[in-house]
Amino acid sequence: MKLNRFWVGIVVVLLAGLAFTKIADNEFYFYAIYAVLQLMVMGIAWNILGGFTGYVNFGAGGFFAAGAYTTVFLHKALDGPPLLVAVVVAPIVCGLIGLGIGYLTLRLKGVYFAIATLAVAIILETLVINWEYVGGAGGYYFLIPEKIPFFDSYIEWLFTVILVITLFAIVVSRYLNSSRIGQGLAAIRDDELAAECMGVPTLKLKLISTTVMGALMGMAGAPFPYFITFVEPVSTFSLLIAVNAIAVPMIGGTMTWLGPVVGAIVLGSIQEIVTVSISSELNMLIVGVVLVGFITLAPQGITGVYRDFRDKRRRRK
Amino acid sequence: MFELFVNAVVAGVLLGGFYAAVALGLSIVFGRLDIVNIAHPAFVIIGSYVAFIMNERYMLDPILSSLIFLPVFFLLGVGMYRLYYVCFERTGQESLSGLAYFFGIMFIIEVLLILYYGVDYRNVQAPYIGETLFLGFLGLPYRMLVPFITAAILTGLVYLYLSKTFLGRAILAVSQDRLALQLMGANPVRVKQWAFGIGIATAAVAGALLIIIQPIEPSVGRLYIGRVFAIVILGGMGSISGTFFAALIIGIAESLVATFIGPSWAPAVAFGLLLVTLAVRPQGLFGRAG
Repeated sequence: MKLNRFWVGIVVVLLAGLAFTKIADNEFYFYAIYAVLQLMVMGIAWNILGGFTGYVNFGAGGFFAAGAYTTVFLHKALDGPPLLVAVVVAPIVCGLIGLGIGYLTLRLKGVYFAIATLAVAIILETLVINWEYVGGAGGYYFLIPEKIPFFDSYIEWLFTVILVITLFAIVVSRYLNSSRIGQGLAAIRDDELAAECMGVPTLKLKLISTTVMGALMGMAGAPFPYFITFVEPVSTFSLLIAVNAIAVPMIGGTMTWLGPVVGAIVLGSIQEIVTVSISSELNMLIVGVVLVGFITLAPQGITGVYRDFRDKRRRRK
Repeated sequence: MFELFVNAVVAGVLLGGFYAAVALGLSIVFGRLDIVNIAHPAFVIIGSYVAFIMNERYMLDPILSSLIFLPVFFLLGVGMYRLYYVCFERTGQESLSGLAYFFGIMFIIEVLLILYYGVDYRNVQAPYIGETLFLGFLGLPYRMLVPFITAAILTGLVYLYLSKTFLGRAILAVSQDRLALQLMGANPVRVKQWAFGIGIATAAVAGALLIIIQPIEPSVGRLYIGRVFAIVILGGMGSISGTFFAALIIGIAESLVATFIGPSWAPAVAFGLLLVTLAVRPQGLFGRAG
């Protein structure tokens, strides 16, 4: 019953999104929703490793940028291939990066993994800055195709792509959350040593988790150059991206797949409103303050608070 | 070629000494207390801005003003630890939420500095900045030499404090066996609070040294995250002398890379060394095996 409701929900959202591209004519909506959905994919990706498995990743910006720069590389090497090629290749590249870091550091305590992800982000940034082929420190201008079949403008097509990516990420995250793998990941999060003793293949599961996280981050980054049309290392590797990716699940709740979805809608909406009405610097401050506020006051996030509230009311009845 | 090499190594040693000052506080906090304070470099940047403001308004020497502000930074550290303890350590959530907490703090500090002072590079005035001491073909700029000497003195003082005084030994004890310390009638939370305060206080001095060495802007601190963690881990987690030598190694490596390959590659050196260390010898160069 629940499964059906989930899949019906996915299809309804997809159809509603497609219908939206035909109805709405103000392009601002597409840009705004694109930003929120991108945030959602990154939050979901971060949560697979951070929330389900309990390993903190500070290098979200690095994975995201690796996805974006895979697109840039393909764009230059293959002379402008379709966007979908990048959406398929970027997750493979970023998944492999995730797997590599996992192999290097996941046998150690979680703290070392967290620091290593930060290290990888900086190393990737240094590589890109020194790599003239993809534009180096100066950046790379991205010419988007004028015409695209079935859609009135390119942003509508990008909007559809990110919508499908988001739904895909939700499906993957929900599967990992509720399947046997998810139970294993939760066991690692709660007590890794005990899990290992009970025969949970911890290293294998952690590697799966890291790889999926990397791949989804890369997927979120793949359409980014088309969206922003000018890619340069400093803003693509921005710390704001990493903070956002952590803030989304922390606000929404880290225990279930639903948490980052709720978190992205809340945080993304606040950000869009603040950026438009006040300023983008203040927007960054708000992300930081909201993040720290949630971690200290409500570590279980919005979905967790709601669940506690519901349980309490049920008990009273 | 030989002269260039020797100059690069000497510059690396001077740079490394300064790195030791930045890593010192983290060596206590991360190495001894097991608190992953990623925001440490952000506190160093606050130290730099304090030195900048005092220098601009009252023409105060940056190192002198950092010494005046030591108690303020100490109290700041105590406050930070109290919040951390109440929210995370007591409830056993330090691994996930605690990390994100310091990450958030770092981000907030950076954004606040940008909001108040913008992203312009700031520097300080002092008589020794700009002068160079020549020993044969060896050039020792005072803006590197002064921080090196200050950092060496600071490291020595912290080393003596931790190994000779009662409280210093208590800090060592809390990192080795918390329960035993409790049984001896000492309060581990208060000892940790004290140690965290000292850790942040060293950031005040490190910040002053940083702004003597180079002009700074709010996001400079981020580059130091990799450096300081690489140094602390390479130095064997909490060993003060190990931290100092590891800092020299990182400084020399960066200086050589900057001289012979190109300055734009230098930031990757520390992080690369860190990754290699984590993969090959996670207990660090100077740590005990196992």
